[in-house]
Amino acid sequence: MRPSNLGFLTAELVLKDFKVRYRNMSLGVFWSLLNPLTMMLVLTFVFTKVFQSQIPNYPLYVLCGLIPYNFFTLSWVTATLSIAENPALVKRVPLQTALLPLVAVLSNTLHLAIQLLLVLALVLWYRLPVTWHYIWLPVIWALELLFIYGLSLATSSLHVLVRDVRYVVESINLVLFWLVPIFYSFAMVPQQFKSLYEFNPVAALVLATQHVVLYHRTPPHTLMWKMTLVAAVFLLAGAWVHARLRSRFYRYL
Amino acid sequence: MADAVRAENVSVIYRPRGSRKLLRQYLQDRLTGRHNEGFYALHDVSFAVPRGEGLAVVGANGAGKSTLLAVIAGLLEPDQGVVQVPGRLSTLMELGSGFHPDLTGWENLRLYAAILGMTRREVRDRADAIVDFAELQGYMDQTLRTFSSGMVLRLAFAVAVHAECDVLLIDEILAVGDAAFQKKCHRRLSELRDKGCTLICVSHISGMLESLCNRGLWLHHGRAVRNGPYREVAADYSAFISGADRHLWDTLPAAPVRVSG
Repeated sequence: MRPSNLGFLTAELVLKDFKVRYRNMSLGVFWSLLNPLTMMLVLTFVFTKVFQSQIPNYPLYVLCGLIPYNFFTLSWVTATLSIAENPALVKRVPLQTALLPLVAVLSNTLHLAIQLLLVLALVLWYRLPVTWHYIWLPVIWALELLFIYGLSLATSSLHVLVRDVRYVVESINLVLFWLVPIFYSFAMVPQQFKSLYEFNPVAALVLATQHVVLYHRTPPHTLMWKMTLVAAVFLLAGAWVHARLRSRFYRYL
Repeated sequence: MADAVRAENVSVIYRPRGSRKLLRQYLQDRLTGRHNEGFYALHDVSFAVPRGEGLAVVGANGAGKSTLLAVIAGLLEPDQGVVQVPGRLSTLMELGSGFHPDLTGWENLRLYAAILGMTRREVRDRADAIVDFAELQGYMDQTLRTFSSGMVLRLAFAVAVHAECDVLLIDEILAVGDAAFQKKCHRRLSELRDKGCTLICVSHISGMLESLCNRGLWLHHGRAVRNGPYREVAADYSAFISGADRHLWDTLPAAPVRVSG
């Protein structure tokens, strides 16, 4: 495998995922929007009509949490399965297996882009300003991608050896919904937990997105440092786990 | 001239119980201490192939042929020994790994070429030659679902033989398409070899194999029992499978070497 080919190969694999997923759907990319829209409407109904939430622009608030959360759970699950579900690529062609979880994460990023357009549409609908702080969005999303890639490198490698990993991942995702400020606000979290809460990279991503989109300000430095630290640690740990287990993939698939 | 492929004392141990996929079974095997039982899929195999030559690997089912190819391709790390392949390697081990029925012929061509290590520029320059070779002009905008299985194999083969390579590994796929297309594949492989590409073929004995490969390696229960000029190895192997030479049977290992613990 030559490095000059890696970019082209990654692009082709990502495109394949995307095309295959949408070619057989008559509604095409609108499926990407249907899930967050439905969840947004339901959560808005429950938390403005049933519980009286004081958060302004509640639908937009929900989307700022829901879209990062959905992106994380979906890309983590698909990336975890990516090596075990591609024995034809792992066992028959000389391919960097570290590429497969990366491709899974990146192809979900295309959905994310579509869903972020929905956020933008709501921002314009509520006549909120689009400020220069939006340049922070690519930075925080890049950190999140690195974190998810590192995490998935580890779980996808482990999943080849022990097929229970998938269920662990799915269970964590379910629990995580309650540990991310999607329908409640960070201000409601008790003071003594706030510092720890920010180390949850999905919560940190949601908080940073809220700072930019809803409150038009730069995400706090401590939050950014925590995101960077978590991304670096997971990337190194993921690369280490993958390097340790890589040589066993052929026998286990 | 330097060797394109060199294998020294390569051994691979398979442990059927060591690759359990569920936690429960894994713990069970750990507790009963049976997880280390296994056998040598390859046992102390050594050979070298100089640049631009062809090696035919023959042997019965389960003799270790595909395992050997996987080791050469770097897909499987041997338990003992080393394999050196200094050049660029391409594989024809399972035609169309990565093909998807919902993608068009063009899309599959690009994808497969990328998987086999071609760059964007190489694909652009060679795409027309590949389609010509596969004789699929006029079909490439249709999804692969509408292709016949012969057309799919032709496309995969055409892409693979247009990849730049110093070593080409071929597993049981010389029977692609009709007689005319087979002849064309054979000609293309000879051309590649004459340009300096080293061929390693796993296949059944055939006239085609003989003209592509000057060397032979006969694997039996993971051991290299013959290693030499193709004609000699093929003659011994033919005598073995026809049962003509009873003495030959006695000189061969009866079963793969077992390991425990």
